[in-house]
Amino acid sequence: MIAVAAAGVSRRYGRRWALSGVGFEVPAGALVMVTGRNGSGKTTLLRVLATALRPDLGSVSIHGHDVSREREQARRLTALLGHRTHLYEPLTALENMAVAARFLGTDASRPVLLERLDEVGLGDRADDLVQTFSAGMRQRLSLARALQQDARVLLLDEPYGHLDPPGFSMVDGLLQRLRRNGATVLMATHLVARGRGLCDRALVLDAGHLIYAGPVSGMPASQSDEAGLAEGS
Amino acid sequence: MTKTSAQSRTPQALIAAGIALLLAGSFWGLFKAPGEIFMGDVQRIMYVHVPTAWNAMLALTFAFVCAVAFLITNAWKWDNRLEAAMEMGVVLSLLLCMQGAIWAKPTWGVWWDWDPRLTTTAVMVFAFGGILALRNAVDDPVKRAVWSSVACIVAFADVPIVYFSVKWWNSLHQAQSTPATVSKAFHWPLRINAFGILFLWAGLVALRTRVAAFRLRGELAPPPPQAKAERDVSAPGGAP
Amino acid sequence: MTALLVTLRKDFLLQWRGRAQVVAIFAFGASALLLFSFAIGPDSLALRQHAAGFLWLGLLLASTLSLAESFECEMEEQALEGLLLLPASARALYYGKAIANWAQLALLGCALVPIMVVLYDAGTLRLLALFGVIVLGTAGLSAPGTLYAAMTSQIRGRQTLLPLLLFPLVVPVLLAAVKATSLLILGDPMGQVRPWATLLAAFAVIHWALGGLLFDRVVED
Repeated sequence: MIAVAAAGVSRRYGRRWALSGVGFEVPAGALVMVTGRNGSGKTTLLRVLATALRPDLGSVSIHGHDVSREREQARRLTALLGHRTHLYEPLTALENMAVAARFLGTDASRPVLLERLDEVGLGDRADDLVQTFSAGMRQRLSLARALQQDARVLLLDEPYGHLDPPGFSMVDGLLQRLRRNGATVLMATHLVARGRGLCDRALVLDAGHLIYAGPVSGMPASQSDEAGLAEGS
Repeated sequence: MTKTSAQSRTPQALIAAGIALLLAGSFWGLFKAPGEIFMGDVQRIMYVHVPTAWNAMLALTFAFVCAVAFLITNAWKWDNRLEAAMEMGVVLSLLLCMQGAIWAKPTWGVWWDWDPRLTTTAVMVFAFGGILALRNAVDDPVKRAVWSSVACIVAFADVPIVYFSVKWWNSLHQAQSTPATVSKAFHWPLRINAFGILFLWAGLVALRTRVAAFRLRGELAPPPPQAKAERDVSAPGGAP
Repeated sequence: MTALLVTLRKDFLLQWRGRAQVVAIFAFGASALLLFSFAIGPDSLALRQHAAGFLWLGLLLASTLSLAESFECEMEEQALEGLLLLPASARALYYGKAIANWAQLALLGCALVPIMVVLYDAGTLRLLALFGVIVLGTAGLSAPGTLYAAMTSQIRGRQTLLPLLLFPLVVPVLLAAVKATSLLILGDPMGQVRPWATLLAAFAVIHWALGGLLFDRVVED
């Protein structure tokens, strides 16, 4: 079964095409690394797949639902962890989780939410306002909030971004758990070496064009070296 | 500029016809038609004022139609026309207010007499002028188009409410108001001028629409060239 | 419907958290009323006659601050987008926010009444009717105000654009509310408050309907 299918997807920002003719298929249960240099269109691609942006050209379908015609169904199936955290600064971590849970119709009781916060290491900060959080903590909360959706397709934009080494392990653990549950994950990351270890497929973007879509092992070497050196792991 | 010769000359023809009609109608109304009994020559401004009023309303109604059309079809041509129509509507409304002031001063001794129609027009100048300011503040062409269509619809829906509330508000204070029209004998100069202004603004809007379309071409990237697709290692839709 | 209740809960919680700001906005409104009286001069008769106008002008000015504030927290981290992606209905999000804004504006209006009474010697025994007019008038301010605040909070130049877009639109509200309030303060021998209140209600109904229809296009890509 194909979880995510894109065909000829293009998106422009004014005079620049952030994505040009991107097409690929991702089978359900795959863990896909989306990589490329800064400005290559990774974030735009994830946002288009999450239906936060409309493609100017081309089509996207999530589990067979065309996002332009069945946007609500597509949204139910996807969860986005983006660059902006989707959090309310004046509310506490718990309240942010509760707001999302209530909209989703899932359990919004304190013990359940605390458990979810514990998973990302924020259990002891549940009642603190988000505006007091560091960037790494916000990212953890944003991740916990996204996971609440129990989505079939997760779109993670730089999930390791602001995290510390324990945070890295936490994300790795969550990814493994998602795999076991059969969810499909597309993860944009610069940590190519780490991605190679975890993911089975890769999409490589360059200036808005998809230059590689296939198994991680077949990825063009030039893309990985610099990033690997920078990461040092 | 590449396409001028290929583009139709209709706008220029309309403008020429409009000016001709306007000159004819104004000449008739200003010099040939008999003066009005009670108000004298000042009343002759009606030959321009009334047609301007009709056309201002027409321009803004057209803007509203363009706004609705854009939201339904998402076709850029409606946004270009919307921009042109709103500008024309604001200009005509401003002219209307100025004409009203010119008429009011010698007649009532004040520049503004809070006539409901004129006051509504003044509010419309600010409402639609504000939307033009909004267009200037938004960089993304898509957002700009969608938002100004939304704002135009809301502002246009508001016009009858504004008119009704001002009319009621004013009626409690004063009985005078600008005459609605002129008596039957003088209808011809009015009609000629009305069509004159109509052709004039239709031609101007058509030209302004072209300007907007031209500017939009510079703001939006053209569709990606096909040649680049061949560089893709993955075929569209191909499984990894 | 449940989506609306969830939104209301979220918006009222956000307002409660931001209550310090509301106090500041009230202070702004009150100082505006003070400035108006300085502009007229210590003429008690003139002040009393224009009290209704001052109240509503002060409230209108304060509303731009309140409305803009209501979308700050929605846009700073794209929280609104986060909700839309859950998915949440844009219509429910609009009505929740508009109702919360309405409540806050009505509260501000009622809070300014004592200021008006003291500064302009403009009291009324028909307090319930006065609060009713404030509730109806602020309903008319909140609907288009919420729509435009959502728009302008996404762009630069937002402080100028919100009042620029909103003020011409709400002229009927200003006219009708001032008239009705004035009648309540100065006396209403011919019972004209009701028709003015009806105009306010009609305005509100039209704009709440329009806002709900159009909000989706304003916040979605």
